[in-house]
Amino acid sequence: MLSFSPAPHPYFPMSDTLASLIDAVEQADSAARLIKAVRDLAAIRLEGAIPTLIAVLSYNNPGAAVAAVEGLVHLGEPSVPALLEQLDQHNYTARSWAIRALAEIGDPRGLVTLLGVATADFSLSVRRAAARGLGGMKWHWFPDHLLEIAQEEALEALLFVAQQDEEWVVRYSAIVGLELLAYDIGVLHPDWRSRIQSQFEQLVVTDESWAVRARICMAQQHLQAETGVPPLEVDHHVSSLSPLSATDWQTILDKLYERKEQERSERTEGDPRRYMELAVSVAPRTDAD
Amino acid sequence: MQESSFADSQVLSPAGNSAGDESSLTPEQAIANLRGADLGLRYYAAWWLGRFRVATTEAIDALVDSLTDETDLTADGGYPLRRNAARALGKLGDPRVVPALIQCLDCDDFYVREAATQSLGMLGDRSCVPALISLLAGGLEAAQPQRGIHLSQPYNAILETLGALGASEAIPLIEPFLNHPFEMVQYSATRAMYELTQDSAYAERLIQALSGDKLALRRAALADLGAIGYLPAAEAIAQALAENSLKLIALKGLLDKQVQPTLPLSLSEGAIQVMTLMDKLL
Repeated sequence: MLSFSPAPHPYFPMSDTLASLIDAVEQADSAARLIKAVRDLAAIRLEGAIPTLIAVLSYNNPGAAVAAVEGLVHLGEPSVPALLEQLDQHNYTARSWAIRALAEIGDPRGLVTLLGVATADFSLSVRRAAARGLGGMKWHWFPDHLLEIAQEEALEALLFVAQQDEEWVVRYSAIVGLELLAYDIGVLHPDWRSRIQSQFEQLVVTDESWAVRARICMAQQHLQAETGVPPLEVDHHVSSLSPLSATDWQTILDKLYERKEQERSERTEGDPRRYMELAVSVAPRTDAD
Repeated sequence: MQESSFADSQVLSPAGNSAGDESSLTPEQAIANLRGADLGLRYYAAWWLGRFRVATTEAIDALVDSLTDETDLTADGGYPLRRNAARALGKLGDPRVVPALIQCLDCDDFYVREAATQSLGMLGDRSCVPALISLLAGGLEAAQPQRGIHLSQPYNAILETLGALGASEAIPLIEPFLNHPFEMVQYSATRAMYELTQDSAYAERLIQALSGDKLALRRAALADLGAIGYLPAAEAIAQALAENSLKLIALKGLLDKQVQPTLPLSLSEGAIQVMTLMDKLL
């Protein structure tokens, strides 16, 4: 019925098909019909579907939201601005779904949000998705200096979650995140990688869940084998080049700085001045003022 | 006897208690509350002691005493405090409470019987088997729904507990429930029959149920497959149309069966297969 092969042009004008699929979502008069309509719309993989898929996140229909998240994740980077906008809305459910989509996309613009919710969100499925997402960030998009700060923050957050979260599935997810992070982090900081490994050694005998211990054991085996290829398929298919603008990176850095500042006022730890200097070196002259 | 409908039979923690309340209570205070006069505080304390695994003699004694409480009685004959106390005792792992829980199987409150049955299953003590079997008296005929939705006994819990306790003497009594009009009860019977016979045909029937039309039934089948830890179901669980959180719990059930709880850990092929599927659902 639908054949947009090989791939629809992103600026393809709104086709009748797209319009009718959007219509089907808006007109759906039962939960089952809504889910089906959202699935069909997600399957078309057109950017024109994004606003409708985003709207579905606040419909309070989990089945439809799952389908919408899948569609948004498949579209990847183009969904990110709309998802970030969703974070500012005061709809908790929609916000959770948006976070889960951001975690799966791995876009750096979601980093600071994921750092925040991985350690503190009320919902365990949000914490779970965020922990996995922190490991699966598109680290190869980061400029070198920003990479170091970002990975250090991700490392600290994931170590905290792996040790402290009271839900086995969130700790399990943090282990997966740490494993993913270990592949990327070792290049710049062999000492950070050893921190992950010694944390694994400790938790594999102390975690109260044998399922979590088993996952740690698998991570240890993967890291030991060090085939160079991460065993999890981190989806880097979109592009190896970052589509983020200098302003985007500046915003990420500002937010990381804010986060550090907050942590410092809470724990007087770390030195945020370092980030001020970096802010200047990474993205000079991005702001008009 | 008080009846119940299915939808209500889920075990819920008391609503509206923030994490702050939870952490501000101490075991001593909770025990004092449980022995106090305030019904709300007593109800919450019973739940709290189970949730935070306070397995001291004082806590257990107070909970056992609550199983015969007469003050917390609702208009329709329910005993909320007894329900919470019975649930908590299942979590505390002390087999000395088994006789007191068996007594609860005679309580007029459906939910007290259900909670006691589940807790007896968790405690894993086979001495309750004859009492559980007696609740199946009258067989399938007595188990027909009344007014379309109500069951006279917590059949799901009874069948599942008999299966988990390995009560093979109950097989002839459980088997007819494979044809109960409620799918949920059929699944519980199927799960018990699998546990008692290890015949994979039963587990395959639960896998079939994963592609059913109703979400509630797919969720039930996920829980059942997780409970029996049936490894060949792994892929079907991962593919089922249900929430990732429930699929992860079910897969954890499979994984737990694959992992020998001894150090150093060694990972079976099955364990690796299950974890690989779990990784994709996070």
